[in-house]
Amino acid sequence: MILANEVTKRYGDAVVVDGLSVTIPKGGITSIIGPNGAGKSTLLSMLARLLKMDGGSVTVGGLDVTATASDVIARRLAILRQDNHLSARLTVRDLVTFGRFPYSRGRPTLDDKAHVERALAYLDLGALADRYLDELSGGQRQRAFVAMVLCQDTDYVLLDEPLNNLDMKHAQSMMKTLRRATRDFGKTVVLVLHDINFASWYSDFVVALKDGRLAAAGTVDEVIREDMLRDIYGMEIQVHAVAGQRIALYYE
Amino acid sequence: MLPDRNARPRAVLLLLAALAVGACFAFMTLGAKGNWDFVLKFRGLKLAGLVLVAWAIALSTILFQTVTNNRILTPALMGFDALYILIQTTLVVLLGTAVVAMLDHNSVFALNAVAMALFSGLLFRWLFAGEERSLHLLVLAGIIFGVFFKSLSSLMQRLLDPNEFMVLQDSFFASFNRIDATLLGVSAAIIAVVSAFVIPMLPRLDVLALGRPMAISLGLNYRREVSLVLIAVALLVSASTALVGPVTFFGLLVASLAHALIGNARHAVLIPAAVLLSVIFLVGGQTILERVFGFDTALSVIIEFVGGIAFIILIVRKAIR
Repeated sequence: MILANEVTKRYGDAVVVDGLSVTIPKGGITSIIGPNGAGKSTLLSMLARLLKMDGGSVTVGGLDVTATASDVIARRLAILRQDNHLSARLTVRDLVTFGRFPYSRGRPTLDDKAHVERALAYLDLGALADRYLDELSGGQRQRAFVAMVLCQDTDYVLLDEPLNNLDMKHAQSMMKTLRRATRDFGKTVVLVLHDINFASWYSDFVVALKDGRLAAAGTVDEVIREDMLRDIYGMEIQVHAVAGQRIALYYE
Repeated sequence: MLPDRNARPRAVLLLLAALAVGACFAFMTLGAKGNWDFVLKFRGLKLAGLVLVAWAIALSTILFQTVTNNRILTPALMGFDALYILIQTTLVVLLGTAVVAMLDHNSVFALNAVAMALFSGLLFRWLFAGEERSLHLLVLAGIIFGVFFKSLSSLMQRLLDPNEFMVLQDSFFASFNRIDATLLGVSAAIIAVVSAFVIPMLPRLDVLALGRPMAISLGLNYRREVSLVLIAVALLVSASTALVGPVTFFGLLVASLAHALIGNARHAVLIPAAVLLSVIFLVGGQTILERVFGFDTALSVIIEFVGGIAFIILIVRKAIR
């Protein structure tokens, strides 16, 4: 369970996240949705101690993220941000091996190497393992980063817009992989998503933000509703039941 | 694929080591006339100085580029050596050359180095240990810091008595000919201690090179690691600046070449490669200029020229991408 209590982030006078409290349940996929500038990425960064909070506290599985040693948190929670350019030139396998750093401290054991191979296979990167990252397409690179994060073998995995750069096919397979990870290993995956239909289709829990505050939090049935979405996005959105799922139409 | 990837850096390192040893050998023996005892002792001191400077500049540049997570900034570009000179000038102004001259050379240097580690630790930690800043802002900040430190030093120098100024000025021009031999011992000690301190850090440096968010996600205490590395850089810059004066672009040149030659980011390979390259350039260059062409002062000029061109190429290539 991730517990955010009165979390606040300010830049000068601008309050980006404003005393936000939310509980993200353990297990399954939780999506964070909301319009641009609602504070989604900022919130995710604060949950993962990448960004200093100006107020409030966050606990992940009972550990306070700012008070607990960083290497302890690293075995509990992993985060992948949106833009990951590396100045270093690495192969896919090198990158994924870094996911074992919290355990190996840079000297991977046989067990660590087995983890790496499993993560590579899990993301279907076996054939690309020895390629350099700068030789890959955006989607392949994204998968390599996700493989690294899964290789870190944490209960909680936080991903900031993991579907960016992915075409429909790869977006679908990324979401299926993540859902599989929650079912196979009992992981808790928290995502920032822009496409509310992906959020609706795959999530177990949805957190909606608006203007740095919590607009709604609950199951898909509770949040993906016409009245809720109208408030959150400030536009008319129809919600239809399609194939037993709630699909939002917002194209016109 | 795998054996190939490890074999290449190893072969490159072996080749560089051979070249470096060759350069040192040539420096010691080429064109030697007369008493070998004297020649070897005289040149040995100079060689030791060159190797120390090469080592300090290469190591400090790689460390700095790793914590700042880019390949264009170097300690010199961010005004580290200008800061060193400012501290030195301040000492002379506050104490007067008479006192500074009376103090043991080594203790003045030690005082300088400690002040340098403290100041740069504070100043650059503020820039680099927090949340990310854009490269442009950093380059600008570096230029402004550099100019600010330099103007502050020159203001103080103008207030000095001309005689005191003469003494001080001597140390402000990069010269690989006039290595301050009295400082060899302390510099060697500092560089050795810093290097010994860096070895256990190598795997963590690899992680730091991934950038702040990933380093934190992988469990590094980012602020602490960055501060430690910056203090190490400050000590190394102090040692090399005290020995030969400020050198701006040389570090950038060897670090970029090391990256290009090794083609992989492991610091356990990268740092030795950069150090060896640095030794080859300094010792080899000095040998060629001194023994073959008979020039005496030009090495720093040539090295800065080539390094400056490398800097421009890097900037332009970044701009294209």
